Amino acid sequence: MTITEKILARASGKQKLSPGDVMFAKVDRVMLHDVSGPGVIKVFSEWEKKRGLKLNQIWDPDRVWVTEDHFVPSADRISAENITSLSNFTKQYGINKHFKYGLGQYGICHTLSHEEAMVLPGEVYVGGDSHTNTTGAIGAFAAGLGHTDIAYVLMNGRIWFKVPETMLFKIDGIKPDHIMAKDIILKIIGDIGTDGANYKAMQFVGSIIKDLPMEERLTLTNMTTEAGAKNGIIEPDETTYAYLGERTDAKYFPVHSDLDAQYSEVYTYEIEKLEPTVAKPFSPGNISAARELQGTELDKAYIGSCTGAKLEDLRAAAQILKDKKVKIRTEVLPAAQSIYMKALKEGLINIFMQAGALVGPPTCGACCGAHMGVLGKDEVCISTTNRNFPGRMGHVESKTYLASPIVVAASAVTGKITDPRDVRI
Amino acid sequence: MNDRSNGKSIRGKVHKYDRDNIDTDVIIPGPYLKIHDHKELAKHAMEGIDPSFPEKVSQGDFLVAGSNFGCGSSREHAPIALSQAGIKAILAQSFARIFYRNAVDGGYLLPIEIDKSTVNKISNGDELEIDISKNEITNITKKEHYFMRPFPELIAKIVEAGGLINYRPDI
Repeated sequence: MTITEKILARASGKQKLSPGDVMFAKVDRVMLHDVSGPGVIKVFSEWEKKRGLKLNQIWDPDRVWVTEDHFVPSADRISAENITSLSNFTKQYGINKHFKYGLGQYGICHTLSHEEAMVLPGEVYVGGDSHTNTTGAIGAFAAGLGHTDIAYVLMNGRIWFKVPETMLFKIDGIKPDHIMAKDIILKIIGDIGTDGANYKAMQFVGSIIKDLPMEERLTLTNMTTEAGAKNGIIEPDETTYAYLGERTDAKYFPVHSDLDAQYSEVYTYEIEKLEPTVAKPFSPGNISAARELQGTELDKAYIGSCTGAKLEDLRAAAQILKDKKVKIRTEVLPAAQSIYMKALKEGLINIFMQAGALVGPPTCGACCGAHMGVLGKDEVCISTTNRNFPGRMGHVESKTYLASPIVVAASAVTGKITDPRDVRI
Repeated sequence: MNDRSNGKSIRGKVHKYDRDNIDTDVIIPGPYLKIHDHKELAKHAMEGIDPSFPEKVSQGDFLVAGSNFGCGSSREHAPIALSQAGIKAILAQSFARIFYRNAVDGGYLLPIEIDKSTVNKISNGDELEIDISKNEITNITKKEHYFMRPFPELIAKIVEAGGLINYRPDI
């Protein structure tokens, strides 16, 4: 069995599972945030109304954690009310792990999941957000669900899944400095299409994966969602254990694929052949080499989100922006308070501000068109985020190009889409 | 259930958007994610493609589209907005996984998979009758019959229960 099949087998108490089997899996961790949370609360109150009884407790408050990330700091009155109802909810049901903005550590859910070691290798983790796949990089089964499913998990501690087939992506070679995990995953989505992994697991292996730092691995799994995948996953190794060791003392039970595991497809990539890659409007699968788009005029550069504002992302962008000035509006929003503080300590924030960029608080912000720098009609943005559907970052006639932090930083310096090799560091 | 339902068969008019990858950002754009009033969400259904959509739809109508319908985010706002606007079933070549399970588990609408050739045969404005007990679609306007892909066993049970919250699993 593959790592995905083995984790689901353990969670459903089965000796063996095969792709296509439908089962109920016991959940180890569940996450909800300021967009999915109010939906869960609504499902709870409808359930109570229908049955005429009060839902006094949930399955296991210690396995639930809550973030405020999409519309925070509260964008307006409605967002503020959602935050209040979320706070009341966590208080009512005794959920202690609620990361509140302006109260110590907080940030984007998919960043806190690894930064705070909220999920461990071998676990089944579900979240009320499609990019929950991100956390599969630590060797967990991590999948996004809607708020009814999350409400069901909060009541019952389990949820149904169809066991996915696993597609294996083998990434080998020697990584050039101008290539980041973002280029790899954009290239893969370009090759297999935005429905190329529908209902399937995407597993990453190979010498490059072995050498990638934890945060870069998370960029790969984050964007498996953009290929339609149920989950993205990387087998845990020394990098995983060292990363978690700095963050938690908790015990966990790592799982690895069997040697005779069956994969539905195997793709092999030689990384030397990869170019810095950009996804053009209006699909993450609509890719080109950055050099082919050289000279495309931009209005804005955005370095933010769970995909592109982790510490490694900020380091990579700062390397380009050091002693330079940005030519277009540039926003940098670190993905979590702790990452912001580390970036501050390393001098990265200083580099961004000296370059003329705006540095904002952790939030999903303009990535999902919520607030803090949304795009107007005809505005063109290059962004480290994960989606560029029509209207994703604002007006339906705005345009977003997706790229790695170094491509975005290089483009911020010239005001046009730029291959980082063409900007002298 | 809408007024035109007759046992397991449902009847309605087609609103066809003949394209693949209709994503959740165009079904219900990001700024509306903070809204949790279902009727308010319905006013913005499909705003990214066709702002006049909510006015065109009558209760019990169908939406027909290409492949990978509902790709993108996990926002349950998407099936809620469509169902509150009046859509009873979506007929598409394929669905993105979270949209599919949200539609079924939330009990909002039926995600019905049909072949590409069937998508091509159905026109905007056609009147359809769908019998999910027989996996049969009748195009009343064109006097044609098509097949829908049967629901997997568990999905059929959840549909029958009216959503996951009402469903009592036996496995």
